[in-house]
Amino acid sequence: MSATTPTAPALLTLKSVSKAFGANQALTSVDFEVDAGEVVALVGDNGAGKSTLVKAIAGVQLCDEGAFYFRGEMVKISSPQDATALGIATVYQDLALCDNLDVVANLYLGRELFTRGPSRAAYLIDETAMEQSALELLDSLAVTTIRNVREHVGMLSGGQRQAVAIARSLLGEPSVVLLDEPTAALGVSQTEQVLELIHTLRQRGLGVVVISHNLENVFAVADRIIVLRLGRRAATFDVRGVSREDVVSAITGAEFGVGAGLSKESA
Amino acid sequence: MSDDRETPLRTNGPIQMVRDVGRKLSQGEAGPLLVLLMVAAIWTFFQFQNDRFLSPGNLTNLMLQQAAVATISIGVVLILLLGEIDLSVGAVSGLCASVMAVLIVNRGVQPVLAVVIALGLGAIIGLFNGFMITRFRIPSFVVTLAGSLAWVGLQLYVLGQTGTINLGDNFVTALTNTFFPPLIGWAVAVLAIALTLGFALLGRAHRRAAGLQVGALRGLIFRIAVIGAAFVALVFVMNQDRGLPLVVVIVFALALAFAYLTERTRFGRHMFAVGGNAEAARRAGIKIDHVRIMVFMLGSTLAAAGGVLAASRLLAVNQSSGASDLLLMAIAGPVIAGTSLFGGRGTVWSALLGAVVIGSIANGMNLLALASSVKFIVTGAVLITAVTIESVTRGRRNSGAIE
Ligand SMILES: Nc1ncnc2c1ncn2[C@@H]1O[C@H](COP(=O)(O)OP(=O)(O)O)[C@@H](O)[C@H]1O
Ligand SMILES: [Mg+2]
Repeated sequence: MSATTPTAPALLTLKSVSKAFGANQALTSVDFEVDAGEVVALVGDNGAGKSTLVKAIAGVQLCDEGAFYFRGEMVKISSPQDATALGIATVYQDLALCDNLDVVANLYLGRELFTRGPSRAAYLIDETAMEQSALELLDSLAVTTIRNVREHVGMLSGGQRQAVAIARSLLGEPSVVLLDEPTAALGVSQTEQVLELIHTLRQRGLGVVVISHNLENVFAVADRIIVLRLGRRAATFDVRGVSREDVVSAITGAEFGVGAGLSKESA
Repeated sequence: MSDDRETPLRTNGPIQMVRDVGRKLSQGEAGPLLVLLMVAAIWTFFQFQNDRFLSPGNLTNLMLQQAAVATISIGVVLILLLGEIDLSVGAVSGLCASVMAVLIVNRGVQPVLAVVIALGLGAIIGLFNGFMITRFRIPSFVVTLAGSLAWVGLQLYVLGQTGTINLGDNFVTALTNTFFPPLIGWAVAVLAIALTLGFALLGRAHRRAAGLQVGALRGLIFRIAVIGAAFVALVFVMNQDRGLPLVVVIVFALALAFAYLTERTRFGRHMFAVGGNAEAARRAGIKIDHVRIMVFMLGSTLAAAGGVLAASRLLAVNQSSGASDLLLMAIAGPVIAGTSLFGGRGTVWSALLGAVVIGSIANGMNLLALASSVKFIVTGAVLITAVTIESVTRGRRNSGAIE
């Protein structure tokens, strides 16, 4: 697991990120870091700024201020392409899938494979190669619930759609995966499958950031918990040796006793 | 590899096949089949009313009449796939045809060059539409509705005092007045069938070699047989009259090219993505505004091409070229034949099928010498029925996602 020594730079580090929507200060000077092979849970009440932070990292919604470091080097993320190029993949809360396209087309959207040889000049999409590697990818993630990769995504269940979205994020061989509320809309067994998938990602050495409202899920998958409250980083916990009550207190801002593994930030 | 995954083509005997068709029908995805049934019903009805309806002469006329509409409709399909609308295709077709006619007749420009200029004008108008829609975020129906007024005005200005320009005998009029001798017609049909079958078998072999599941050969043969029978019947009937019209081949070639663009290329895939979920497309790194602008350019260019074909058929251009119910027919056709008004679903072939359906109704009602009032009401009723069916089945399709 990730033994983050203070000297070794984390995989991805954010310093003093701020973002305002008009008068609404969604993020105020938030620091954030995730290491390779680590699952960080980003928790907080509705409107705490979790999605805004993730969107800033993903390059879909730029922050007003803040510095980004990738493997210790300062980087600029000003578009989704920038984030992708760095190896940051995002699974959005609204999944961002095209219901009218099949599983293969969604997996490869924006990076379709072309056939080689003379037909390359005709911009022919290589459906065969895409379908083959889609099947391999789903197999490697042990996704067994998607039986037909030529089915339109609109016909799939919530868990299947989530699996497609996660698999899609992995196609570019990213080193960081951001998941916004991956289990929010799912039933019990589908949630299990997604948590299983997150474990697989960590085993592969990826840095994983999971936003979740569900503390049970957070405790099941996360190594560290970062709490946002009213746009500020309110607390950071190591899951080993912290109680659910402590996390809830940090989320709601209630007074609480100093528990094990707690490090309250001065916000 | 994964044996538990089935391809959609896999069927377990006739019962399963019937069940699949039923499921597709109820989900509004059996487009071509449903439309063919609709055509059969319409043709049977009009044949009973007037036995000249299915005569080779009338069917050939139907093809010639609908070539322009079908061409415009191909462009409309592209725009509908994005979830947008272009209400100026009728006006653009009239304006571009008028410019072409003025260039040929009044300015002595080479007909081929005049056609190229007309198409270029269409592309520029489409660029303007796309620019207004993407840059200023004006809904496409507003931009194109306002545009259509302006283009009609420009058409009247271009045509000037006389109002009508006769094209005479040239490249343009030859487009819809050229017919192939019977043997060439048959050769075209055989070639078309051979290519369809060849590509289907090639694709199948390719999938099999890659270790992917392939559908039952029976299904493929059935499809090719239906397509082949349609080609043979078409050429047979056309040969009874003047022969296979050049313009039918042109429209088919256009449809084939745009079917390829939409279904086999990256650009086409991105069109479907923008129409299905523009935000998802944007996050996938697709430059959605580029796609929109390109598609509006293609739509207007095809409208201009349709205008050229309409002028060719009429042997002239006048003040009402592109006016009347042309716009309605060009949009209604693909929608009746299964292209969604809500974006992301449809095929280029629906432009051709839709043109046949709408054209059959109009042609049949003309043969029965019905009043314009009746014709408008019937066409409107057919359109609203088709849209309602689409809307209802769309709801059912989406609810399929809930477990
Ligand atoms: N696009 C937006 N425009 C205006 N305000 C926004 C926008 N997105 C988020 N906000 C506001 O920013 C704050 C943080 O939102 P968000 O990051 O979505 O919270 P969370 O994901 O933690 O529930 C909220 O007050 C929300 O209303
Ligand atoms: Mg959120």
